[in-house]
Amino acid sequence: MLRYTLLRIFGAIPTLLLVIALAFLMVHAAPGGPFDDERVLPADVEANIAAAYHLDDPLPKQFVRYLGGLLKGDLGPSYRYRDYTVAELIGSAFPLSLKLGAMAMALALIVGVIAGTEAALRQGTRIDRIVMGFSMTGISIPVFVVAPVLVLLFAVKLQWLPAGWSGASGMGRYVLPVITLALPQVAYIARLTRASMIDVLGRDFIRTARAQGLGTRTIVRVHALKPAMLPVLSYLGPAIAAILTGSVVVEEIFGIPGLGQFFVRGALNRDYTLVLGIVVFYATLIISLNLLVDILYGAIDPRVRYR
Amino acid sequence: MKSLRILALFVMLAGFAACGGETDSGATANTLQRGLPSDPETLDHHKARSTQAAEVLRDLGEGLAGFTANGELVPAAAESWHISEDGLTYTFHLRDGLRWSNGDALTAEHFVAGMRRLVTPATAAFYAQMIVDIENAASIVAGAATPDELGVEAVDDRTLVLRLSRPTPYMLSLLTHPSTFPVHPGAIAEHGDAFARPGKLVSNGAYTLDAWVPGSVVALKRNEYYWNNSATAVDAVNYHVIVQNNAELNRYRAGELHTTSTVPPDAFAQVREEYGDELRVAPYLGVYYYGYNMAKPPLQDNKALRQALSMAIDREQLAEKIMGRGEAPAYSWVPPGVNNYEPTKVGFAALGKEDREKLARVRYKEAGYGEDNPLQIEVRYNTNDTNKKVAVAIQAMWRDVLGVEAALINEEFQVLLTNMREAEVTQVFRSSWIGDYNDAHTFLSVLQSGNAANMPRYSSDEYDGLMARAAQQVDPERRRLYLEEAERVMLSEHPVIPLYFFVSKHLVSPEVDGWGDNVLDYHYSQHLSLKAAD
Repeated sequence: MLRYTLLRIFGAIPTLLLVIALAFLMVHAAPGGPFDDERVLPADVEANIAAAYHLDDPLPKQFVRYLGGLLKGDLGPSYRYRDYTVAELIGSAFPLSLKLGAMAMALALIVGVIAGTEAALRQGTRIDRIVMGFSMTGISIPVFVVAPVLVLLFAVKLQWLPAGWSGASGMGRYVLPVITLALPQVAYIARLTRASMIDVLGRDFIRTARAQGLGTRTIVRVHALKPAMLPVLSYLGPAIAAILTGSVVVEEIFGIPGLGQFFVRGALNRDYTLVLGIVVFYATLIISLNLLVDILYGAIDPRVRYR
Repeated sequence: MKSLRILALFVMLAGFAACGGETDSGATANTLQRGLPSDPETLDHHKARSTQAAEVLRDLGEGLAGFTANGELVPAAAESWHISEDGLTYTFHLRDGLRWSNGDALTAEHFVAGMRRLVTPATAAFYAQMIVDIENAASIVAGAATPDELGVEAVDDRTLVLRLSRPTPYMLSLLTHPSTFPVHPGAIAEHGDAFARPGKLVSNGAYTLDAWVPGSVVALKRNEYYWNNSATAVDAVNYHVIVQNNAELNRYRAGELHTTSTVPPDAFAQVREEYGDELRVAPYLGVYYYGYNMAKPPLQDNKALRQALSMAIDREQLAEKIMGRGEAPAYSWVPPGVNNYEPTKVGFAALGKEDREKLARVRYKEAGYGEDNPLQIEVRYNTNDTNKKVAVAIQAMWRDVLGVEAALINEEFQVLLTNMREAEVTQVFRSSWIGDYNDAHTFLSVLQSGNAANMPRYSSDEYDGLMARAAQQVDPERRRLYLEEAERVMLSEHPVIPLYFFVSKHLVSPEVDGWGDNVLDYHYSQHLSLKAAD
C-alpha cells in the first residue's frame, strides 16, 4: 500500500511540472509586460525596473528561478500588488472564494432538491409550472444580469442589504453574492430532481410501498429520494466548476476580494507571478484531490493496487 | 442515505465557513467613504505609479508643497521657500515641530533620504525621472553616480536646499507629488521594502494607514501627530476598491459611498438628470488623441495626408454627440487651463465645417489619393466602449469627407502598447496623455525626439531646439513664448490628431463639504468634511 501511494505521488510530479511549464510559457507569450503603460518610462528607469524584478533575464533563467522558489514553497512577490506576496494573496482570497462557493452550493442543493421534489409530486399543477418556469429563467439569465438587478432591488431601492462587499461587515454582505451564484444551480438542480423523481415515483417498488399503505411523504423520504438523487450527485462536479467560474463575475460585481477576481485582474495586468501562482495552486489542489481519491480507492479495493 | 449525508456535510461546511473570522473596517459616523477604481499597486510612495495610488498617498503623506481643494499651490511641510535669481537653488524652511505618525520628529534629512531613495537604481522607482532636473539625478538613475551625490542637502533640521541643473519653473508642483515625499529612515531600516504595509507604514500626512484588504478596501485613520491635525475634519477614510464603474454607481445610489472615482459613460445622461449638483464635471489635464506612425509609410513623409485626415474630423460632433460628458474638442496638444500657457491651435481650428472639409479634400488630393485611389488605413485602439464609439465615428467621418477606407482593429491594451512601442505594424493608433504636473512641459516633452513616450516617433530639430531653449529660460514669460512656438511648430507637422480633452467626473454626496474642482483632479481627504447626519 505504501509503495502504491509513493508511486502515485511521484507520478503526479511530472504532471504538475508540465502544467507549470505550460502556464509559464503562456503568460510570458502574451504581448506586453507587467509594467507597460501608456506613460512609457525613460530607458534608464525601465532598465532599473527590469533588473529589480529580474525581467531582463533570459526566459529559461527566469523559469529556473521560479522553479527554485517553488521548491522552497515561495510563489514570489506579486507584480501588481507589490506590497504582498502571491502566497499571501492566495491565502486570504481562497478561503473567501471557498466560503462563498460552499454557501452557494449548499443553498442550491437545499432549494433545488426541495423545489424539484415538490414539482414532481404535483406534476402538471400550477406549482409545478411555477417551479419549472422559474428554473427556466434561472438557467437562461446570465450572472452579470442577475447581480445588478438584485443590487438595484435589495440594496438601492429597499436598502436591506449592502451593494458591495466593503460596504458592510457581517453576514449581510454574503446574501446577494451567494444568491447570485446559486441561482443558476438551483434552477438546474430543481429540473434534474424533478425529472429523476418522476421517473423513480413510477417504478414498481414505489407502487409496492404505496400498496403497503405508506404516506406520500414517507415514501419520498425513505424510498424515492435516495435513487432520485443519483443524477444530482453526478451533477455536483460540473456544478462546482460552474460556481468557480461564476464566482469570477460575482466577485467583480460585488467587489469581493476572492481568488477569481485576482486571477482575471492578474491576467489583464500581466501579473506573471500572481497568475502562475493561482494556476499552480489550483493544479496542485486538483491533482492532490484526485490522488487522494485514487489512494482511498486503493485502500478500499485491493484490486486497484495491482493493475 | 449516502446522498443525504453528503447534503448534510455541505450544510455543515457552509455553516462552519460562515462562522469564520470577519474583519470590521472600523466604521464610525465620521468616516468618509470614497470609491477607488483599483487597488494602489503599492503604498511605497517611491514605487507607486498609478493615479489611484497617488490619490491615497496624498492623504498618507505630505511633500514640501501641496494644493488647496481648488488646485492652488501652497506651502505644506515647508512653511516658506526662497528661489535664487538664476532659478537653480531652492531653499526650503520646514515647519516647526513636524512629526511622523509614530511621534518621531521629521527633519530635513528625511526629505534628503526620500529623494535619494527615489533615484537609487535598486529602488526601481517609476517616477525616478520626476526630479531629473535636480543635480546629478539623471546620472544616479543611470548608475553613473552614487545617490549621495544628489543635489539635495539638509543644512540643518529645518532647512533643505535643492540644487537644480537647469531652471525648472514647475519644480514646486513636482514637490507635491508623492514620489518626492520624505521617508522615515527607521521604518526602512527595520522592515526593508515591506515598510509600506498596514501596521508598519509610518506616514507624515493628515492620515495614517489603518488596514488594507487587497481587492476590497484601503482604510485610513486620522494622524494625531500631523501639524495641521486640528484642521482635519474627517476621522477616518475608507477607499473602496471598485473596478466596475457601474457597480460603483450602484453603491453610491445605495448610500455606501460619499464620492465616486468616475461616472459610467453609458449612465452619464441619466446620472446628470437624477443627481444634478451632485455630479461634478471639471476640465482635466489630459488629451485623447490619435497618433500617426511617423516611422513608416504611408504616413511617414506625407504631411498633406496627415493634415487631411486630421481636418476631416468634426471634433465638435465627437465631443458633444459621441462623448457628451462635457469633454472639450481638442485643436491643440496642451489642454486649456495649464498654468502660464496659452495653447496654440492647429491652423484649421478657425474654419467652418464646410471650408474645413473642402480644404481636407484638397490636401487629400495633394497627398496622392482620390476617389479612384482611396487610402486604405488601419486604426488600432484598445478594446473599450468609448474607444470603439470614437473609432466608428472617425471611420465614418473619413469615409464621408474623403472616401478613406479605414479598418478598425481593437486590441487588448497590452497588445496595443506593444504594437505602438515597436512602431512596425501600426498606422493610426489611439492613445492619451495625462499631465503629471500643471505645466505645458508635461505635454510638450512627450513629443521630443528620443522620449520613450513619443509613440508617433515624431522627430524635429526645430521642435527639439525650441524645447531646449525654453528649458534654459528663467523668465517665465520668455519660456512660455518658446513653448508656445514649439507647440505651433509641432502641430503644423501633424504627428498627432488631438481629439478631445478629458474631464474629471465624480458624484459627490450632499453630505460632503469642501470638495473643489481642479484640473489635476486631486481631492485630498483632509479638505473634506461630513455634515452631521440629521
